[in-house]
Amino acid sequence: MTNYKKNSDQLTPEKTPKKEQEQPLVNEFVVRFANTNGTGSASANNMFAKAILRMGIPVSAKNIFPSNIQGMPTWYEVRISEKNYLGRRGGKSEMVVAMNAQSIDDDIDSVKSGGYLFYDSSRALLDRQIRADINYLGMPISNICLKEYSDPRQRQLFKNVIYVGALAVLLSMDFTLLKGLVRDQFKGKEKLITPNVYALELGYQYANEHFICPLAINVASRDLVNNRILVDGNTATGLGAVFGGATVTGWYPITPSTSVIEKFSSYCHRLRIDPASGKNNFAIVQVEDELAAIGVAIGAGWNGARAFTATSGPGVSLMTEFLGLAYFTEIPIVLVNVQRSGPSTGMPTRTQQADILACAYASHGDTKQILLFPDSPSECFELGAQAFDIADQLQTPVIIMSDLDLGMNDHLSKEFSWQDNKAYQKGKVLSAKQLDEIEVFGRYLDVDGDGICYRTLPGTHPDKGAYFNRGTSRNHFAGYTEKSADYVDNMDRLTKKFINAVNYLPAPIINQDKQRAQLALIFFGTTSHPIIEAIDQLKAQGLIADSLRIRAFPFHSQIETFIEEHSINNKQVFVIEQNRDAQMKSLLVNELQIDPNKLASILNFDGLPVTSHFIVQAVLAKLVNNQDNQKAG
Amino acid sequence: MSFIKSKFRHPRLPVNDLGLTYRDYEGALSTLCAGCGHDSMTSAIIKACHELSIQPSKVAKLSGIGCSSKAPNYFLNKAHGFNSVHGRMPSVATGANLANQELLYLAMSGDGDSASIGFGQFAHVVRRQLNMVYMVANNGVYGLTKGQLAATADKGVKNKAGDLSLFTDIDLCTMALQLGASFVARSFSGDKQQLVPLLKAAMSHKGFAFIDIISPCVTFNNHVGSTRSYDYVHDHMTTGAVADFVPVKTEITSSCDSGECEDVCLHDGSIMRIQKVNEDYDSTNASQAILDIESNKKEGKILTGLFYLEPTASDFHEVNDTNSTPLNQLEQDVLCPGSRVLSGINDSFR
Repeated sequence: MTNYKKNSDQLTPEKTPKKEQEQPLVNEFVVRFANTNGTGSASANNMFAKAILRMGIPVSAKNIFPSNIQGMPTWYEVRISEKNYLGRRGGKSEMVVAMNAQSIDDDIDSVKSGGYLFYDSSRALLDRQIRADINYLGMPISNICLKEYSDPRQRQLFKNVIYVGALAVLLSMDFTLLKGLVRDQFKGKEKLITPNVYALELGYQYANEHFICPLAINVASRDLVNNRILVDGNTATGLGAVFGGATVTGWYPITPSTSVIEKFSSYCHRLRIDPASGKNNFAIVQVEDELAAIGVAIGAGWNGARAFTATSGPGVSLMTEFLGLAYFTEIPIVLVNVQRSGPSTGMPTRTQQADILACAYASHGDTKQILLFPDSPSECFELGAQAFDIADQLQTPVIIMSDLDLGMNDHLSKEFSWQDNKAYQKGKVLSAKQLDEIEVFGRYLDVDGDGICYRTLPGTHPDKGAYFNRGTSRNHFAGYTEKSADYVDNMDRLTKKFINAVNYLPAPIINQDKQRAQLALIFFGTTSHPIIEAIDQLKAQGLIADSLRIRAFPFHSQIETFIEEHSINNKQVFVIEQNRDAQMKSLLVNELQIDPNKLASILNFDGLPVTSHFIVQAVLAKLVNNQDNQKAG
Repeated sequence: MSFIKSKFRHPRLPVNDLGLTYRDYEGALSTLCAGCGHDSMTSAIIKACHELSIQPSKVAKLSGIGCSSKAPNYFLNKAHGFNSVHGRMPSVATGANLANQELLYLAMSGDGDSASIGFGQFAHVVRRQLNMVYMVANNGVYGLTKGQLAATADKGVKNKAGDLSLFTDIDLCTMALQLGASFVARSFSGDKQQLVPLLKAAMSHKGFAFIDIISPCVTFNNHVGSTRSYDYVHDHMTTGAVADFVPVKTEITSSCDSGECEDVCLHDGSIMRIQKVNEDYDSTNASQAILDIESNKKEGKILTGLFYLEPTASDFHEVNDTNSTPLNQLEQDVLCPGSRVLSGINDSFR
């Protein structure tokens, strides 16, 4: 055990020389913050991550939080990686900042051998908490705060800022930059700048005086971030809805989707106020439940406004009847599903991709829904806007399948981009003039033969174009019918429309190695973050992998081709998912009529973002197993 | 099926301000049972819309599921209609209204639709003060599923099959009053004299207008012992006040100072003349209205008429501060902030 104190102090373990086995580790390590939720640690931790970003070093952050408001353990894991490996690394961390007495035993255990535990030494550690293979950095933060501050709230809040100040010197972060960050963060609340900078300096000075700085793990400025941004997916989705022209939303709070609407609302209040009247060019209503939330979207979609709502698994379950109505009556709406761990309430603050089948076939009867799978904040923004075009063009619900990891964690992402010359695609909506020009209007007449019919909006024309929208079977003219032939005709047309939908949806992203691949990885959504690392790790073991990222359902023909091409000669195609039941594989097998034996599943469903380590180990295990079987056979 | 409509048109049918006859306000052929109260409601709605010279295409008809919810198909053919899912019409109406505040939203629901499966949605649409006319065809039974008791059926009555209504009955007018509706009335589909003026008043009211319309089910709830049969309602109906609607352009000829009537100015300058049957009646006192409903009920009477009116209530859009241009008519240049703004937003994440 090492302690890093320059001056001995009764609050810390005895002084021992620095360990020899430590290898310097620059810009490639994980810092894990263990806090108590509700103590203001989130903004300090975020400041730490952002400082790394501003030093030009790629960084990712995972917030592992409880379904609780105050008093429970919460962790924030910052991965610093100049190799641009931004998925959750998993395993133990090079540094743990242990600020929660409740969880400290586990937190000490989570330090990698040879790593560092930074802790509040105001209370001495117990004997059992002393590991011989890690380094202890004790700082009496509570005592310092007791001395410096009289207000209990400040004593609590500034603890967090103080340890960030200490980390700055321990990890050789750019301190001027960090102070600049404080000034940015409290822009408009200038009174808060000085005390926060003071707290940073308290930490900095203490660490500088008491520890040998910097540590063997540290950071050095680089220019590797370029124009990327650090942002969460929900902010991006909410902003995408603003740019996509959404004006109406009904919503009901549910973790982890709530901030989609909150961000939509705050951007609307900034960007959607009518300059002449000062009035709102949007209507956001918090309704009584998720049924009403999607009902509001459907009513508005029917009436020609771009409308959406956001929810998570339990909300999707409640919305399924309405999703069937919107599918059958062909009303454009956008639904954002920020998936969390189910079933039932499940692990409401943990991530999963386990609503694939529930959403693809949402509602009773023969229904199929359009799904989009963004993998990053930039795609949340892009698809968050484009979803409205797709919904309008196809006259059907579009479900954006985000997840808690993507939605609530900050990700280093391509910047948001928008082409001003790209016009909204509003699909087949007849104007009064067009209604005058056509001989007959039938809401469900397949005039163009693509399964997409022309619709009219209420109030368009005094005499023409009105129809009775209904969830019951109907003929081409929206008249009620129980004739089997009419019903079948309509259902067949909906199938045709669904097949044609592929033309409106984003194609998969395929990565082919220059060398001939020995295996293929199919994945979607946030699994894309550990994939680059996994492919590199496999390559290091002599295994070349091609990959395909699914971005939409119904499936693009390239997906089928990719599977066919990669499953010849006993090559293995893996489908990586963050659910227990291999839902995407089921959907691929079912929709593409693929032999299930061609697809091997890699399933991570522990509620934490899947790691490259997990993927690589699963691939290796399967390949070894295949070889054994071949030998046995 | 009620009746086959004649295609013959009288050459001199009276026309309204838009040059339309009442036939221009009709809908598809009703498929409800002959004598169904809902068909009388339908014709009252047609009459009210015609007399108010409402442009049919500027109406949106909404409903849930049930016999009542089929009815919007039977009036205003030239208006778009939306027959949604059971009990969820209020949320669909909310979305539609948010998207375009310029249409008149006529919603038709039933007692199962509003007092049972959709009770929550009913309560919350009242709270939101959505500018709409919410009509409930109240017959105390589920018609489409053949006569099961509804939550509005009086406790202790039996349905046609002999099943006893075991639980407390829900009075939707009382609920609407408690939840803050700015127009609450009850009427009887068999009393067009009362119903048509009330409908006209409700359509002219800005804010949430609720009308509970007792509309007997001739097939499943018209038997002796029912408290929703034609005979029973005829015999037990009593009225506190009748509303008469006077459009803004019409000159008011008789004065109203006898204490038996009261003129209320609506948002567009029209006048609602309330004829008081009961001297103590006060259209602005919601809690008194609740007491009146309950005391009449204790005496075995069904109180009808206008219960409550708050002509200056704010509707949802006033509360929301929505721009006057309907949201569904805003174009991309207004809605999309564009790339320059986006570049500043990108910088905030660096």
